[in-house]
Amino acid sequence: MKECATARQLGLVNCHDCRLLVETPQHAHGRCPRCGARLHQRKPNSLARTWALVCAAIIFIIPANLLPMTITTTLGAKQADTILSGVVYFMQSGSWEIAMVIFIASVFVPFAKLSILITLLLSVQFRSAWRPKDRTTLYRLTELVGRWSMVDIYVVTILVALVKLGAVAAIEAGPAAVYFAAVVVVTMFAAESFDPRLIWDAIEEDV
Amino acid sequence: MASNVTTSNQRRPSVVACPDCDLLNRFPEDYRSTLLCARCGAVLYRRRPNSIDRSLALALAALFLFLLSNSFPFLAMKSGGFVQETTLLTGIRELWKQGLQGLSLLVLLTCVVAPLAQMLGLLYILAPLKWGRRPAVGAARVFRLVQEIAPWGMMEVFMMGVLVALVKLGHMATIVPGVSVYSFGALIFVMAAAFSCLDPHLLWDRLDLRR
Repeated sequence: MKECATARQLGLVNCHDCRLLVETPQHAHGRCPRCGARLHQRKPNSLARTWALVCAAIIFIIPANLLPMTITTTLGAKQADTILSGVVYFMQSGSWEIAMVIFIASVFVPFAKLSILITLLLSVQFRSAWRPKDRTTLYRLTELVGRWSMVDIYVVTILVALVKLGAVAAIEAGPAAVYFAAVVVVTMFAAESFDPRLIWDAIEEDV
Repeated sequence: MASNVTTSNQRRPSVVACPDCDLLNRFPEDYRSTLLCARCGAVLYRRRPNSIDRSLALALAALFLFLLSNSFPFLAMKSGGFVQETTLLTGIRELWKQGLQGLSLLVLLTCVVAPLAQMLGLLYILAPLKWGRRPAVGAARVFRLVQEIAPWGMMEVFMMGVLVALVKLGHMATIVPGVSVYSFGALIFVMAAAFSCLDPHLLWDRLDLRR
């Protein structure tokens, strides 16, 4: 066997769950003999699913950034904070570390993740041969980094439980929290439904 | 179909396909440590000595730390005469009471249910193998589930949230970190270690449904 053969070229399917190489099943819904998982040559409808989820995330990311994330009541005065106004507040009050953590996790990572996914989808659809190894690395990066966006949701959860000082101060979760959580969950599913092997398929088929 | 080659105390296939680019990679003869995909650089195999014993011990330790983390308060806030304590579960309950049920379920799922399921799943799979019995009923299905929920266990992200909240409220009131902060911090490392000791190739070989 030469180094350049892929499993598909040899009529094999790599089991998604246990990595057993199985001869491509004749019928569509074959199962892995070792672990019982459903076998697919490539993730089913990868491009359509990923596009749908990316579009949903783009819609959710708008209210997530425009609506308030937390509503703080101090001595009767209400103050609503969006993600960005929270970042600005921390920068001005001198806690730039916190400002940086929130900015990276809640603003930079979601936008970066969406742009990477869109780039990958377009490159596969236009059958691009541009730096496949780097694109695969980008994909692994989105899988790895997406979960860290949840930080802000957890901060809100803790604040909501902790700051309940009767009439003095209270913090409530704002409507953006729900949209923001939706962005994180939907982009995680989007990354999961994208199949990086499509990047390489386009190159092999064109050669 | 790939044939299995036994080396010392572990088994591995002689050829693996890269999950990221589908290239078939052959294990070199003098193979020792880590195998990377020749084309895209994905990690295909890493040597994990004594994997069942280590993972089992670490999963058990993780379970104890998890129970500890959920029984004691994370943070206490003192302001004037008020003292307000919070555990992981009170935060979730508070979100639920505020009408954000979906959000509260998401936090419950990612910080409590998924990690607990991973730990119990590992114990269920590994314990019978350790004592030389046949694999537990449905162990293959349980292991598939454990692999699939892995991205949804977000304890380390929650820990980061705790630290941010700690600094954030530092301006407003005195914040006292509770026992749970330390046990949770340890839990994250123990869980990560339990999974990095796991050898999926060896486990799948032992859990094989065809046996």
